[in-house]
Amino acid sequence: MNWLKKPASDTQLTHGDRLWLYIIATIVMFLLVIPTLIVMPMSFSDSQYLEFPPSNWSMRWYYEYFESSKWMRATMTSLQVGILTMLLATPMGVMAAYALFVSGHRASKLLFAFLITPMIVPVILIAIGVFYSYGRVGLNNTIFGLVLAHAVLASPLVMIVITSALRNYDLNQERVARSLGATRIKAFFVITLPQIKFSVVTCALLAFLTSFDEVIISIFVSGGSNATLTKHMFAALRDFIDPTIAAISTIMILVSTTLLLATQFISAREKK
Amino acid sequence: MSSHNTASLGAEGRVPEPLNEKSLRAQDIQEQRLLLSLATPALLAVIAIVVIPVGWLFYLSFTGSDGQFSLVNYQKMIEYKSYARTFVTTFEVSILTTLICIMIGYPLAYFLAMLPERLAGFFMLAVLLPFWTSLLVRTYAWLVLLQKNGILNDFAMSIGLWDSPLKLVHNLTGTLIGMAHIMLPFLVLPLYGSMRKIQRDLMHAASNLGASPVQAFWKIYFPMSLSGMVAGSLIVFVLCLGFYVTPAVLGGGRVVMVSTQITAILENQFDWGAASALGVVLLVVTMIILTVATKVFKLDAALFGKR
Repeated sequence: MNWLKKPASDTQLTHGDRLWLYIIATIVMFLLVIPTLIVMPMSFSDSQYLEFPPSNWSMRWYYEYFESSKWMRATMTSLQVGILTMLLATPMGVMAAYALFVSGHRASKLLFAFLITPMIVPVILIAIGVFYSYGRVGLNNTIFGLVLAHAVLASPLVMIVITSALRNYDLNQERVARSLGATRIKAFFVITLPQIKFSVVTCALLAFLTSFDEVIISIFVSGGSNATLTKHMFAALRDFIDPTIAAISTIMILVSTTLLLATQFISAREKK
Repeated sequence: MSSHNTASLGAEGRVPEPLNEKSLRAQDIQEQRLLLSLATPALLAVIAIVVIPVGWLFYLSFTGSDGQFSLVNYQKMIEYKSYARTFVTTFEVSILTTLICIMIGYPLAYFLAMLPERLAGFFMLAVLLPFWTSLLVRTYAWLVLLQKNGILNDFAMSIGLWDSPLKLVHNLTGTLIGMAHIMLPFLVLPLYGSMRKIQRDLMHAASNLGASPVQAFWKIYFPMSLSGMVAGSLIVFVLCLGFYVTPAVLGGGRVVMVSTQITAILENQFDWGAASALGVVLLVVTMIILTVATKVFKLDAALFGKR
């Protein structure tokens, strides 16, 4: 074990001296990942009860999920709301982030702080407040109402990602384009947008996931035939452990892992 | 930043004369306003979804059952022991979760910060994967792992750690385990960021001047990593204060946090005034903690500047 005696830091520690750190870090990473992954094999169990490892394998819970009109309708609602949220939050957030970053107006800092308040206000408060207000204007249980609320939760994330992308981008390029006769809008679409497009895609995915995974507002504001997947899942979790959830969870994990790997891939491309 | 940029003049292609300075400044201001107007949709959306609804709750919390101004909802909070207990539980759970996150998150962030960047990026997936996975899925996973005849109990009994199944879920233990798992990335990510910025040369210099590795760590490295740690802990703590799903599922009704209490009041008593008052107090407490902490630790840059 020669490697253990090699220096590991700038303070003359060897990898051997660091072994405890490696062990702790490995355990913590293990604890972070395993709970999520263990759901996958369990979803293929044949049993009513959640046993590990499953004694008999089957696709039973997947059939249960795909053949249930309740789960299918909820999945469709969640996908629909997620995509619409993405389409609303991304342009809204990009516009706001660009406006506040480029304009040196005194109020822009204050406005930025105001626009990211949805991240700070406890979601439960937004949820019951929106439920109450929507009750007045008849927006409860509607797709539009849910999308609007989700977009407000997602747009601060979009703004933060885009602002940091604009920081790494040289705005003078846009000025050059404009001095050569391009309008501001043209300069943005032809010069700036192509250079921050990876960040835009990243935050679009984030916006989708924010909506798709959102629980609390969905519990209050969605309902009837427009109830979301998370609303049904939460109800199922609170009352009894339905193994169908394991199958749904596995699908959700695959979706989020794919999106995560996509963003990693995108940011690697952007660095090049 | 670019408030007085010359770009708007560029199109005319002439050097501005002092004479038209006034009109140019007016143009500049007009353009600034035009730009700011791009933020209008976001602004209106936040007003519709956050300001008006929360304002309404604020109003409801100060309204008695007769529709007149009254403090009855806030009096209830002082009179009923269960409300006070809810706040104590909320703080207890939030503080404990934050401490657990620091204890297991610091070594992990340190480990990642020591690795070459490429390798750290790979191991970082262990933090990002749960971060991107639905909170509901992770809560469900812990429910499965921790239940009476769950995997953890089976495993511990088979290797002889304990003899009869322990009660690990539907109580405080389960809540803390689940919440720490969900909150850990919020601590590790900013902490890792601030650790990456520490210059390795400083540690080198310290050991050159005779500091032992332990001394160098505590005197040089640790103080410099504090800003990231405080920022991360603050995010974790504030998120914990308003947490709903995990305590509701893993606490099994035994861990009543403020948010759980609010929904219970609405579901059972339809008492909007009392629920709103609890929510308003939660919001005010959150705001005070955030304001004080950002002032004391000068966190603006750490929280909002770099991400």
